[in-house]
Amino acid sequence: MNNRDPENSPVIRLSDICFSYPGGPEVLDHLHLNVYPGERIGILAPNGSGKTTLFHIIMGLLFPQAGTIEIFGEPVRTEKDFRDVRKNIGLLFQDADDQLFSPTVLEDVAFGPLNMGKAKQEALAISRQTLSFLGLSGFEDRITFKLSGGEKKLVSLATVLAMSPRVLLLDEPLTGLDQDTQGKLVSILSEIDLTYMMISHDIDFLEATAEKIYTMKDGKIMVDEGLYIHRHKHAHMLGNMPHRHE
Amino acid sequence: MLDEPFASGNSVIHRLDPRFRVMAAIVYSFVVAIVYRFPALGLALGASLTMIGLAGLAPGRVFYRLLLVNGFVALFWVILPLTAGGEIVYQLGPLDIQKRGIVLAAQITLKSNAILMALIALTATMSFATLGHAMNQLKFPEKLVYLLLLTYRYIFVIEQEYKKILRAIKIRGFSPGTSLHCYKTYAYVIGMLFVRASARAERVYQAMRCRGFAGKFYSLAEFDSSRRNYVFTALMTLTAAGILYLEYLPK
Ligand SMILES: Nc1ncnc2c1ncn2[C@@H]1O[C@H](COP(=O)(O)OP(=O)(O)OP(=O)(O)O)[C@@H](O)[C@H]1O
Ligand SMILES: [Mg+2]
Repeated sequence: MNNRDPENSPVIRLSDICFSYPGGPEVLDHLHLNVYPGERIGILAPNGSGKTTLFHIIMGLLFPQAGTIEIFGEPVRTEKDFRDVRKNIGLLFQDADDQLFSPTVLEDVAFGPLNMGKAKQEALAISRQTLSFLGLSGFEDRITFKLSGGEKKLVSLATVLAMSPRVLLLDEPLTGLDQDTQGKLVSILSEIDLTYMMISHDIDFLEATAEKIYTMKDGKIMVDEGLYIHRHKHAHMLGNMPHRHE
Repeated sequence: MLDEPFASGNSVIHRLDPRFRVMAAIVYSFVVAIVYRFPALGLALGASLTMIGLAGLAPGRVFYRLLLVNGFVALFWVILPLTAGGEIVYQLGPLDIQKRGIVLAAQITLKSNAILMALIALTATMSFATLGHAMNQLKFPEKLVYLLLLTYRYIFVIEQEYKKILRAIKIRGFSPGTSLHCYKTYAYVIGMLFVRASARAERVYQAMRCRGFAGKFYSLAEFDSSRRNYVFTALMTLTAAGILYLEYLPK
């Protein structure tokens, strides 16, 4: 983050973001975050530390009580500003059940392209192409609510990719995927040439797909060396959870 | 996510242009709503049953949907015969069963079932997005389309969440009964149901916005622009005329 060219302005810049749910404690507390073009960021932090909340703030689904958000160099504040943001940033929801709402897979994948003004035939072509890119050919007419958990996750990813976003936000993309499919996701992520930020609890996955790993603590993004996450073999319990060696 | 059990199909009705179906459903429901005479209501019921048949919908599923509404209708059968006045046909202990109430309850039952079946056959046979698309094209106010669709979706969401909660309490060994614990559990279930359904509906709406939804619906479905639509319109007009004729037929 510090060795970046200053000309190269961040695609996402959050400054001093404070957020709490109604009646709750501060979830984000003066949070700062810059994401530069081409960056591949992993976020590894404990449950309830505010990762999902952070993504929802970037998408304009939640509005912070304080702080500023700039996307592609433009400040965004209102629902209307965020409509353009959503055409360029794709969010994969933590819970795939929230993401799919059309009866058939093809309709669901085409929903985004149609909203972006694509003609019907073009939207269909994009959707089919995206499904086959993800190895989901033949799923077009499947009923979304009858898919398995892992299939739902992949179709959700297709709905996001079909909008050809410039930035991807993936909220726990691995949940529900088997070993093979996880491997497939790793290769997909290394293939696509996108800026992305993803939340995961799987350090191996993050190591394979992210060039830097952030964590969240006390409502802030941590990048300082003291908390820098690295990989090591574990001989102690809960070694797969983020922890600190005293 | 949304369960639309009737939306997928390939019957004559499914292939009709959704705009024609929406218009027909509105006009037909209106006609059935204003008639009272039994021959007219009988014809309406017959017509609605025919539509269900033509749409090739699973009778069990349709029956289940109707059951929900007839729960409310059953209330009328309890209240109206006791309160509507008129000739007393039966004395049930201290209660007078009145003829006018029975007639009214019967009319309400026929009417609501006929309307509901027609709505299921004509509009539940298209997907959520198609329905919105058709209403947009018919120049319904955008806010209204939106409200109707969200209401429609809520029903499924509530059902889904209800099933989930039931499963959750069952696997922990809950068995229904009449103890205080059971009543408390029921109260929690109902409370949770509304909280969860509204939270889920909110998240689905968020997902829609993330995918560029801005109040306008598009549809992928291909529909006949053929003569069949006009045949359908003619048949529906005839049926509606027949119902009105039986209603206003001079005695
Ligand atoms: N809708 C909500 N209303 C109130 N509080 C909420 C809501 N959603 C989350 N929270 C609270 O905000 C905090 C952060 O939640 P968030 O979902 O962002 O965590 P997370 O880091 O994504 O966790 P996880 O790893 O479990 O997904 C938690 O303490 C949670 O209890
Ligand atoms: Mg989360």
